[in-house]
Amino acid sequence: MAESEKNKAKLHFAYDFYKIMKESDVTFAYEGEITHEITKAFSSLAESHIALNNESNALQKRVFHVMVESLQNISKHSSERKFKDSMFAGQGIFLVTKDDQEYNITTGNVVLNEKIPALKEHIEKINSGNKKTLKELYKKKIKFGKLSDKGGAGLGFIDMVRKTGEQLIYTFLDLNDKKTYFVLTSTIFRTK
Amino acid sequence: MRIIKIEGTDDTPQVTLDANPENPFMEISGRSLPEDVVAFYDPILEWLDEYAENPLEKTVLNIKLEYFNTASSKLLLDILLKLEDLSEADHDVLVRWHYPDDDEDMEEAGEEYEDIVEVPFEQVSYSID
Repeated sequence: MAESEKNKAKLHFAYDFYKIMKESDVTFAYEGEITHEITKAFSSLAESHIALNNESNALQKRVFHVMVESLQNISKHSSERKFKDSMFAGQGIFLVTKDDQEYNITTGNVVLNEKIPALKEHIEKINSGNKKTLKELYKKKIKFGKLSDKGGAGLGFIDMVRKTGEQLIYTFLDLNDKKTYFVLTSTIFRTK
Repeated sequence: MRIIKIEGTDDTPQVTLDANPENPFMEISGRSLPEDVVAFYDPILEWLDEYAENPLEKTVLNIKLEYFNTASSKLLLDILLKLEDLSEADHDVLVRWHYPDDDEDMEEAGEEYEDIVEVPFEQVSYSID
């Protein structure tokens, strides 16, 4: 009896999960390690999915851009790693939601508390910029910025905001005195 | 001088660097989002350093990328800065920036590079169909 109750719960969980995804317009959800192979696979999956929906080339390319940069952010910057020395395989969540107006690309990953002030300042600076100042910031960063040991150019967020024309939506959720959960959403309007 | 010829993949561009005087051709085309950008672009930068010791009368680099990530954009700039050095040493240099005619973002990316580096640029639009 207990066993069948357990099985029933498993099946109901799948249905509840499906309902939550539908209600929140989630078209894609993943939790786990983000490797380079996964980044490529998800991005091309999205690309072909969007192409099938008859979206414009420009929109296709923008979604692709944001997806690659978001996934690479997790793989390079998540502080959660299965293997300590894996340079390009951080853990995180990755969600794509879609409704009549927009696509939303959301990532979530653990960051060390000590990294938060700089991260926050970086995002706020980008969010407060306009088309012109972001262009200048991009030029300055690409010219004078240094590539990190993981091959990050520090240009990902700027590129996401420039390509979408929308501010980044983000929050930090306390985990403990060392770590925080960082959630970031980038919105791409379908009509732009 | 040795020739570099790298076949393109779904995450790395096709690269041809051939400086034979009869029929020189230099082009980077396709997609660029390598797992390790530095490892991919280092041999190209090294080749350009060697090339700069004894360049052709006219250097033309074709860039015909359909997509590149931000990490690659930094390395592309490094390539263009090598060409800037050549140009500043009074050599004849031209960058031909090819973009799909419906891709404003790629067109703008070319214009931005043109603003950043002191190298003659030519914007070339092409149709995908």
